Amino acid sequence: MIVWITHIYSQPFLRYAFFAGTAIALAAGLVGYFIVLRSQVFTGDALSHVAFTGAVAALATGADLLVGLYGACIVVALAMAALGNRGQSDDTVIGSVFAWILGLGALFLSVYTTSKSGSNGTSGVNVLFGTIFGLSASQAITDAAVCLGVCVVIIAIGRPLLFASIDAAVASASRVPVRALGFIFLGMVGVTAAAATQAVGALLLLGLIAAPAGAAQRLTARPFAALWLSAGIAVGSLWAGLLIAYAAPTLPPSFCIIGAATLTYLIVFALTGNPARPASLSGSPPPYS
Amino acid sequence: MNTGLSWNLAEDFRQLFLYSFMVNAYRAGTIIAVLAGALGWYMVLRRQSFAGHTLAVVSFPGAAGAILLGASASAGYFVAAIAAAIVIAAVPRSLGGKARSSESAVIGTVQAFALACGALFVSLYGGFLNSLTNLLFGTFLGISPAQVLTLLVVAAVALAALAAIARPLFFATVDPDVAEARGVPVRFVGTAFLVLLGCAAGEVSQITGALLVFALLVMPAATAQQITPRPALSFALTIACGLLIAWLGLAIAYFYPEYPFGFYLTTLGFVSYVAAAGGRAAASRVRKVGLQAVTA
Repeated sequence: MIVWITHIYSQPFLRYAFFAGTAIALAAGLVGYFIVLRSQVFTGDALSHVAFTGAVAALATGADLLVGLYGACIVVALAMAALGNRGQSDDTVIGSVFAWILGLGALFLSVYTTSKSGSNGTSGVNVLFGTIFGLSASQAITDAAVCLGVCVVIIAIGRPLLFASIDAAVASASRVPVRALGFIFLGMVGVTAAAATQAVGALLLLGLIAAPAGAAQRLTARPFAALWLSAGIAVGSLWAGLLIAYAAPTLPPSFCIIGAATLTYLIVFALTGNPARPASLSGSPPPYS
Repeated sequence: MNTGLSWNLAEDFRQLFLYSFMVNAYRAGTIIAVLAGALGWYMVLRRQSFAGHTLAVVSFPGAAGAILLGASASAGYFVAAIAAAIVIAAVPRSLGGKARSSESAVIGTVQAFALACGALFVSLYGGFLNSLTNLLFGTFLGISPAQVLTLLVVAAVALAALAAIARPLFFATVDPDVAEARGVPVRFVGTAFLVLLGCAAGEVSQITGALLVFALLVMPAATAQQITPRPALSFALTIACGLLIAWLGLAIAYFYPEYPFGFYLTTLGFVSYVAAAGGRAAASRVRKVGLQAVTA
């Protein structure tokens, strides 16, 4: 065991992958719990796709990659928060908007690949599927710092956000700033999507968001236990994925990470069986298990 | 190959259908626009866009896996999308009809895992980067007559099946509780619908690419439902709008091939949606102002 750990520590790329990946998984797990609780998985999905367009737009125009990533994700996240409270046509609007944004991404990708004759589409593809073993030291530190920041914010607003997510009407009656919380939360989702894109990829981030949170919600009905369980499953999946990918180099690391998360969800699904215990949303003690 | 647009419409039109690849593209585009319009209309009504997106995305690993195994990509699209439809339809049922939140977690997990498989297949296959962007963002080149025939047969079967369940499906969508009480097999109809949606997603993603399916699946229906609340009329409008987007998109892509086809399609769809939504907002404002003027 110790031999393993020292071996991993001796490889810089593995060290960076574990360092940044742990922070990303932690943020994705915490954010993911609330995303699933608030039924905003589609929004999270859309935001992770937006990260792709932001990154390729930056590549095509020669701007800084981080500016493109964070700019696109945060702007679209806040726009979705603004749209979210109105009317019922949510998922149609989300679908139309993000399909168009992906179309823009296709445009920027083609501009990028045709303008830089020397390069092939590899960078664009990396944005889609991530290259966690390719992180540099500075990238790893930036990603980790940003993701830890997200964790701190989520923990800080955790209690009112939980209240607002479970019963928005009662929460706003007891003067919880429901709307502001919605904005802050989606902003954090955007930041997480941007930070995670380089590591796990714009298309795969959803796996770290939805699967651990879904599993945690089936395992326990207590909100804060589920919140931490979700983060724990996400981090565990990431570690397992990285180790498998290191041991079997033919498998892409992103596949191993998402595969581990999906497998965890499947196992939890099989263990808890049906009917699912409904999450006790009113804060009453969970049924005996 | 082509000389760009002239101002002679008849000449442009003749140019457009000069090559058989363009004729095939138009045939395929017409078939998928009709199928996607019909199923997309129900999908928007049922608020299952996320499921639709997932089914479309799943066809990407399906096609990539089929190419890897040396099978036909066409079969891969359908098998993967229909299998995912069955998984998505089967899982929420065992949750005992509670909270949508776990359903969306399941859908999200299916989608992410499917994409991860796609990434795996691509990396195992190595070096088909160009066809990777085609799989994700679509192409209208190189559609064979055999592929058009497959599209036509699958679309005809799917549309016939949709016609068979159309009325109970509409009932189950608008008011599931009352429909259930009246003896409509709500769950069966829902599952059948998802499978048909899988067929449509598998078809559309062959042309638009797995990520841009919504250009034909959501945007026409969203546009039509902004314009009119009447079911029959908005259904017809959806199909008309889908056909228009597909035809115009193909024409633009033919005359201006320097930018990707998927971008034209999604932009046309998005413009029509925004125009319809804007028109509706303007109309309701005009009505309100008119009312105030009358009452004042």
